Amino acid sequence: MQKAKKERIRPLPLNEQWKQIGSKIAKGFSRIGKSFQRFIARFKDGSVGTKISHFICGFGNLSKKQYAKGILFLGLQVIFLLFMISSPEVNSTPFGWKSLGNMITLGTEAGDLFNPTDNSMLMLLFGVVTVGVIAVFVLVYFSNIKSSYEGDLLIRKGKRVPTFKEDIASLFDSRFHVLMLTPAMLGVLLFTVLPTLFMILIAFTNFDAEHVPGQHLIDWVGFANFAAIFQGTGEISARFLPVLTWTLTWAFFATFTNYISGILLALLINRKGIKFKKLWRTVFILTIALPQFISLLAMRNLLSLHGPINSALVQLGLLSSPIEFLGQATNAMTARITILVINLWIGIPYTMLMTSGILMNVPTDLYEAAMIDGATKRQAFTNITVPYILFVTAPYLITSFIGNITSFNIIFLLTGGDPVVPGFKAGQTDLLVTWLYSLTIEESEVNIGSVIAIFTFLITATATLISYRRSKSYKEEDAFQ
Amino acid sequence: MMTTSTPKFKSYKASERTGTIISYIILILMSLIWLYPILWIILNAFRTEFNDQGQLIGVVVSHYFPKQLGLDNFIKLFTETRFLTWFLNTLFVSSISFVLSTLLVLCVAYVMSKLKFKLRKKILNIAIILGLFPGFMSMIAIYYILKALGLTQTLFALILVYSAGSGLGFYVAKGFFDIIPNSLIESARLDGATNARIFTSIVLPISKPIIIYTALLSFTGPWMDFIFARVILGETNSHLHTVAVGLYYMIYGQRVDSNVFTMFAAGCLLVAVPIVTLFLAMQKYYIEGVTAGAVKG
Repeated sequence: MQKAKKERIRPLPLNEQWKQIGSKIAKGFSRIGKSFQRFIARFKDGSVGTKISHFICGFGNLSKKQYAKGILFLGLQVIFLLFMISSPEVNSTPFGWKSLGNMITLGTEAGDLFNPTDNSMLMLLFGVVTVGVIAVFVLVYFSNIKSSYEGDLLIRKGKRVPTFKEDIASLFDSRFHVLMLTPAMLGVLLFTVLPTLFMILIAFTNFDAEHVPGQHLIDWVGFANFAAIFQGTGEISARFLPVLTWTLTWAFFATFTNYISGILLALLINRKGIKFKKLWRTVFILTIALPQFISLLAMRNLLSLHGPINSALVQLGLLSSPIEFLGQATNAMTARITILVINLWIGIPYTMLMTSGILMNVPTDLYEAAMIDGATKRQAFTNITVPYILFVTAPYLITSFIGNITSFNIIFLLTGGDPVVPGFKAGQTDLLVTWLYSLTIEESEVNIGSVIAIFTFLITATATLISYRRSKSYKEEDAFQ
Repeated sequence: MMTTSTPKFKSYKASERTGTIISYIILILMSLIWLYPILWIILNAFRTEFNDQGQLIGVVVSHYFPKQLGLDNFIKLFTETRFLTWFLNTLFVSSISFVLSTLLVLCVAYVMSKLKFKLRKKILNIAIILGLFPGFMSMIAIYYILKALGLTQTLFALILVYSAGSGLGFYVAKGFFDIIPNSLIESARLDGATNARIFTSIVLPISKPIIIYTALLSFTGPWMDFIFARVILGETNSHLHTVAVGLYYMIYGQRVDSNVFTMFAAGCLLVAVPIVTLFLAMQKYYIEGVTAGAVKG
């Protein structure tokens, strides 16, 4: 078992990989073909009721006297058809079949004195919603056929079809997962999937500061926004690489400085002979418990030109006159280093907590075996404790790297992205996420903002997938089952 | 390095002692650094210094310790700003969204951990990929959706944003449920218990740590969140702001009156005291959750 797993991890030669991808695609097609065959076979095999269910939902259930279920399916179909055909309008933009066409044109009525302009963004949004509604109805449609066909099979075996009461009861037992997952799925669908899809689509339009929905028509522009980042002449192409570089540099340093110092602090607190361990830990947990907008804004003011830190440094003779550390700093490097130092204050406690827990779990039999073999304490530390910590916290390293790439608060609250680069909006400490924020919310350059969001996603997704595929918890996901 | 055994033992003990002393010194120094900004906020909240005209000085000053203490900042906070409204708004949003999110997270985590069904692995993988999209991205889209629909920015929208997508954050809780032995569940099944009954009367009662961990994080979330609330609620609706947004605009808003820092500190203190107390009281559960999350990855 172990060996088989190890062999699978070894990367295959490229042509083998292509072959694998090819066979996967072939498998996909044959699966589609098979399910189509199954669909036909089921239609031929089913009772008359089941056959009619392919056209009128719930008919099969009604013919088996499962009235509640049948009416439910029928009702859903009627509502769906009404929704699609009547194309109800909200803010004079239609849903239903009309919205599917609108999604392609994004509006044709440019508007004049007598006619309002088509609201392209609402058209796009309603189109996405309608596609979602169709997808949900397809699921309802298939479960309607399945339900009727299963009833046929039961009758053929001489059994009784389940009553509505029994169907409901099964939601609390054999189909408990359906009951438990549905609310969460609806929430995720509406508040994560739908907005994300909408945002991705916007990256392919010209929805920017010059195209306001409801006043101007917005059009599909293909990959033009992506090209603007690499070939354009404006701010976007000039600042993209510097911002990306700083984002990655920041994430790298922020992750490793916190990681190493956090582990050192944990080792210090857990050292033999140190008393009041809980008290020390509580001091640092205080930082985690304190809302970041409070601690970060406090830092920003502490470090201000007339703040106590500047005056203390001047009194100690370390500075000749007060300087700006953050947004107004004359040198970008000053601001960047200050942020990294403040980030230590924020981040060390997390790593400390995590490592403390792990330190208590270092397997004692390892130590004992080492002691019997005559190892010194230091040897035990460098050869057992350190590798163990590194091994166990490796996934955390990746998650915190990703967290740092998208760490909005610390930059926004400390510097707001400044110091400014003359002539540009994106400042010296702007990360991709803070830049994307100011582009979309403040500048209304929504399409470019979406492109940057997609890039951010690609970076974090690559990092996660690499670590996740290799992580123990994925490979041994079923170990506990 | 060490030649004879007796001095080795002695020097070892001595070096152990100096090591301990150095460790204490480092720990004390670090604690001072960590407490320095926190104490500064507390001191500023109570700072009551007046200028020549007898007006309260509210700006950041260069001396760390105030020359005079008093409650003037708190009085000003409640009479001149909408702090009480912000506080109640946040309490309202966090009370509802913590109940909703905790329920969603526990349901998803349990199903993913203990129930077997056809699409389980697929749903798990999709959830992981969805979790990779920056929440930030959907937030901006939600902002435009609300704006496009002409929906007034409401606290209700904020509650939905906080809780609706929370089902995706189920990993830590799933890790907890994974540890519960399957034999416990199987024996209950043999006794004829339904899945729903097993969940509510066997699993939930022994899951106090993870319930508290999830509830703690989702309750304190709205008090700590700055960016979602800022985007969803907008700048001008100050009667709808949560504490974070309200206090931020107080010192960095458009109508800049720089003489408000001490008042800001007073507000921060009033927010921090209940949240920090709650956190410290539940410390044990928080640490358990964080450690489990890290090891699970």
